[in-house]
Amino acid sequence: MPWFRKKKQPKPVRNEPRPSSVPEGLWVKCDGCRETIYSRDVAENLRMCPECGYHFRVTARERIAMLMDAEPAEELFAGVQPVDPLEFVDTQAYEDRLRIYAERTGEPEAVVVVRGQLDAMPVVVAAMEYRFMGGSMGSVVGEKITRAAELALAEKRSLVVVSASGGARMQEGVLSLMQMAKISAALARLREAGRPFLSVLTDPTTGGVTASFAMLGDLNIAEPGALIGFAGPRVIEQTIRQSLPEGFQRSEFLLEHGFLDMVVPRGRMKATLGRCLRHLAG
Amino acid sequence: MAVSEVPFEEPLTELRRRIEELEAYPDDRRREREIERLNGRLRKETRRVYGQLDRWEKTLVARHSDRPHTLGYVERLMDDWVELHGDRSFADDPAIVAGLARFRGRPVAVIGHQKGRGTTEKIRRNFGQPRPEGYRKALRVMRLAERFGRPILTFVDTPGAYPGIGAEERGQAEAIARNLLEMASLRVPIVVMITGEGGSGGALALGVGDRVFMLQYSTYSVISPEGCAAILWKDQARKQEAAEAMRVSAPDCLELGIVDAVLPEPEGGAHSDPDATCEAVGRVVAEALDELCALSTEQLLEGRYRRFRALGRFNES
Repeated sequence: MPWFRKKKQPKPVRNEPRPSSVPEGLWVKCDGCRETIYSRDVAENLRMCPECGYHFRVTARERIAMLMDAEPAEELFAGVQPVDPLEFVDTQAYEDRLRIYAERTGEPEAVVVVRGQLDAMPVVVAAMEYRFMGGSMGSVVGEKITRAAELALAEKRSLVVVSASGGARMQEGVLSLMQMAKISAALARLREAGRPFLSVLTDPTTGGVTASFAMLGDLNIAEPGALIGFAGPRVIEQTIRQSLPEGFQRSEFLLEHGFLDMVVPRGRMKATLGRCLRHLAG
Repeated sequence: MAVSEVPFEEPLTELRRRIEELEAYPDDRRREREIERLNGRLRKETRRVYGQLDRWEKTLVARHSDRPHTLGYVERLMDDWVELHGDRSFADDPAIVAGLARFRGRPVAVIGHQKGRGTTEKIRRNFGQPRPEGYRKALRVMRLAERFGRPILTFVDTPGAYPGIGAEERGQAEAIARNLLEMASLRVPIVVMITGEGGSGGALALGVGDRVFMLQYSTYSVISPEGCAAILWKDQARKQEAAEAMRVSAPDCLELGIVDAVLPEPEGGAHSDPDATCEAVGRVVAEALDELCALSTEQLLEGRYRRFRALGRFNES
């Protein structure tokens, strides 16, 4: 058949969320330096680019493995499962979405909570799973983080929450919004009792997560280059009808404006958290 | 000629216009009878229209520019109002008003969003979208109230916290988060009245209290219907569907346990009779204050914690 008669097949539309930011393939392209790098080099380098230090996103379990000491940490509240309180349907039913994301990520929800030792300090750690519906916060995320705070209070442990979230989950409506108040109230109790809460902000942390627990750490510590803000950059651009300056809402920008205690590269995060915990609770 | 702000009020506006026209004519029996007839029809029509509002239409009522705003409630319900200004570190935000007042003889602090009427005033008030300094002013006045043992009344009515460059630079997220944390442990009673739009975190930042009430046609939601439609349907025009799906109306919030009671509005909405609306709000607030002021601080704080702790739906295996 002559080439000009060939019908171009339409590309299959991928309506699904993208898989982990480090693809399964042998090579990955770094979003920081645009270099093509051997993916095993990334995996062995705490998911950072060996060329430029760009921080790829990591899963909740990878995060926990990076922070906790060698002995196995005990997972908590894994039985808290999502429901569909509003029978929400947009282009897809919420129930179906939950099932698809659970299959894809192997996680039932967007946060994993463990109890154990971080650099020999007793902690409860909650790590958010961005691959699960953009790390969005519904009732389950709210409940598990609240329980994490309550357990830290009861067992005199420190609380560490690693955020990676687009914000409150629309599919649970105003119930998601209320999780902000619920978690903040639990953090207020932790604060009164003098138990440390370290908030670790990673790419991205926006919306209702930033506007509640992520900004309420006794210390707020971010990974380099993470997007951190209240409103998303597109919403702001639409409101002010201008494009945003380079570096706006990145970790370094927040540090400069006084909202972070420090920006710490992944390789030094565990040691830094350990040092800070010893300063506060040692 | 009067134009309806919301499309479904068109038949009501037309009837009102005809009544107004007739009232300009010289007085006689026929005119009187006709006015009476039209008034009857207006009442019937109002009941019909307002009896079948969907959630998007309720959103439009919640946003109606004639709806009483915080200062309207202050004017009708409070005596001896002293407005306070400024967050003591950056600026005064006119999108939030705060002050001291006497409510039925009781000294209180009042804080609320203020949308403004008329173009100039609306712009000055930034359409009721606060910047961080607004939330920080609110917190400063709440702490003041705590220090002097004054109950706090908040009036919630905002499209949301303002999404701008300056607001981000000055920590919009931090300001909201701080209020959530602090309001959870303020040692005086807090009564929250959602009077119009309960727009996301920008509303919740004045919305943590011992009692949370909602007016019948007010809304409370995690994101505006337009915002939700733009993200989930990639089409802002699907806002009706988004409003339905998110269940933004007051009865929905009551069912989900978000609010303690829904206050009926006059037929035709709060904007059709602001005096009656304020009167109803005053009654409920007074009742709540009587109950809350009788509690010990420990009971108050424990109750507030339990109230928010219970919110959310999940399964446990």
